[in-house]
Amino acid sequence: MSRISRRFADLREHGRAGLITFLTAGDPDMATFETVLAGLPASGADLIEVGVPFSDPMADGPAIQAAGLRALKGGTKLRHILAAVARFRQIDGETPIILMGYYNPIFHFGIASFTKEAAAAGVDGLIIVDLPPEESDEFLPAATAAKLELIRLTAPTSDDARLPKVLKGAGGFVYHVAIAGITGTRSASIADVQPVVERIRRHTSLPVAIGFGIRTPDQAAATAEIADAVVVGSALVETVASNLDAEGQAGPGLVMALHTQVAALAAGVRRVARGK
Amino acid sequence: MPQSIPNSLRSGPDENGHFGAYGGRFVAETLMPLILEVEKAYNAAKVDPSFRAELDYYLEHYVGRPSPLYFAERLTQHFGGAKIYLKRDELNHTGAHKINNCIGQIILAKRMGKTRIIAETGAGQHGVATATVAALFNLPCVIYMGETDIARQAPNVFRMKLLGAEVRGVTSGTATLKDAMNEALRDWVAHVDDTFYIIGTVAGPHPYPAMVRDFQSVIGVETRAQLAKAENGRLPDTLVAAIGGGSNAMGLFHPFLDDPSVRMIGVEAAGHGVGTGMHAASLAGGEPGVLHGNRTYLLQDDDGQIIDAHSISAGLDYPGIGPEHAWLHDLKRVEYVSATDKEALEAFQLCAKLEGIIPALEPSHALAYLSRLAPRLAKDHLLVMNMCGRGDKDIFAVAAHLGVTL
Repeated sequence: MSRISRRFADLREHGRAGLITFLTAGDPDMATFETVLAGLPASGADLIEVGVPFSDPMADGPAIQAAGLRALKGGTKLRHILAAVARFRQIDGETPIILMGYYNPIFHFGIASFTKEAAAAGVDGLIIVDLPPEESDEFLPAATAAKLELIRLTAPTSDDARLPKVLKGAGGFVYHVAIAGITGTRSASIADVQPVVERIRRHTSLPVAIGFGIRTPDQAAATAEIADAVVVGSALVETVASNLDAEGQAGPGLVMALHTQVAALAAGVRRVARGK
Repeated sequence: MPQSIPNSLRSGPDENGHFGAYGGRFVAETLMPLILEVEKAYNAAKVDPSFRAELDYYLEHYVGRPSPLYFAERLTQHFGGAKIYLKRDELNHTGAHKINNCIGQIILAKRMGKTRIIAETGAGQHGVATATVAALFNLPCVIYMGETDIARQAPNVFRMKLLGAEVRGVTSGTATLKDAMNEALRDWVAHVDDTFYIIGTVAGPHPYPAMVRDFQSVIGVETRAQLAKAENGRLPDTLVAAIGGGSNAMGLFHPFLDDPSVRMIGVEAAGHGVGTGMHAASLAGGEPGVLHGNRTYLLQDDDGQIIDAHSISAGLDYPGIGPEHAWLHDLKRVEYVSATDKEALEAFQLCAKLEGIIPALEPSHALAYLSRLAPRLAKDHLLVMNMCGRGDKDIFAVAAHLGVTL
């Protein structure tokens, strides 16, 4: 059983949804990011998404765009991110790590070498925003061979005709984008999301995570009523932005502020009891 | 990437929008259903005689087609070689080839029941053309333009506003064309129900590269007929066009791709020189990658991050190139060369003085290459260059480069 599947089985066992955190690797610098990363599981993150910065993040709003630029300005490269994951794996063998980003840095790295090196570093899954099923034939075999799970995105626009295509070859869990829009902008109402999630569940037995627009512990709790996991990204990335000093370097309270915020979000998610 | 040569070079792309290894649909899942809807609507429209009739009506009566094919006698004498014809797409309404495509896409948007138009623009020519057709068809229109470009293309910004468009400055990334395209894609993701995105070049996710090419192919189709009439049924020997994203070049080249005697040359913008790192020559200085929904040659660093392009011409200032060009480059069917800012500026002035035509800085790159190519060709060699835009928009930038205060 993969690390991701084990984690979701464990969450079911405990009768609750999981919290997935998103932070951009190397934001504002790699050492600070690694300190934050190391403390995420203890703060309550059940799965961790590590953002791979890209110069042209077309599905991201201002907060994650800015995080990516900060990371790139600091010289973050894909190989540094893999090395950071490998170091995390020395202290945590259980928390799933999912790299999330855009296709070009991975394609440029080389499909064969990237999948091999990512798996060796201890990466469990990949979310590649601009690699839809129509284009993933060149990538999926290498990912599968390396035992990396390719996590598919669904959107409010994914209808019954489209979902089978999207979910073919899907691994790990399904990441449902709750709004038609970019990250960190607006929030969906649970009433709008619920029927879409039900539709997705008719097409797959994979766990369903919901993200985009979830910012507060209360929103996380409300989402946990209908999801197997709740993703929070922009709200965390904004905490990085608001804890930088005048030179744009990590301020003294940054690490603590993030871990406190994650703990509050985790408490929100854990308030909700779910059937096993 | 090794590729076999197909029987026809005009039948692409395949059903998934691939030209060999290039093209495709690399977009977020939220956009996929829309892209598929655009493709379905376009496939239906292009075989519908009423769509063709409406398009032809506006091309003739509104755009002013056909554009003349003009024998440039003085340029021919000056270079002393090939017989040079200029395809006068700068005489179109709005002053460039861009409107050929905008008319086609807005008629499609109307057929699809879309009520809002968005577009990206670099130099502002595509923005002006989009704002123009949006005014004509009475649809609200938002144009995304990088703040850097807004600063250097003030007249076009004012034109777009006069035409009723909202111009939204883009400050993200490097605030140029690629960032404007990112922002337009973000807008589209957030307005999937009512909005049509009019992409200005032969790039982006399938079906855009093929659709824009089809709408621009009127350039090559007219050229074939006009030259045959002027030159006893002959085909051109050489076609030359400037390339940013590549829509004017593809429009001229595509109808001739299966005529092996026709040599085709695309001229990329070399900026300060391809060796300097300050250029926009994606084929000469880039590598295959994925951006803005398609795989093509891109300017990028060793970690797959996109690098800024540089060109004196804002219309060529894009770090990618249409995927069909990438494919034709690998097949060696089309030759791709480059011209620098300095060469383009010289050609700009030469054409104004010799032909009484002030060219845009974009076709000035093609003209610059003619000064190297034409003298080496025989006097009966028929060369057609696409004069894809006029230079009114560029006089301020050129004056600044020449040290003249207006």
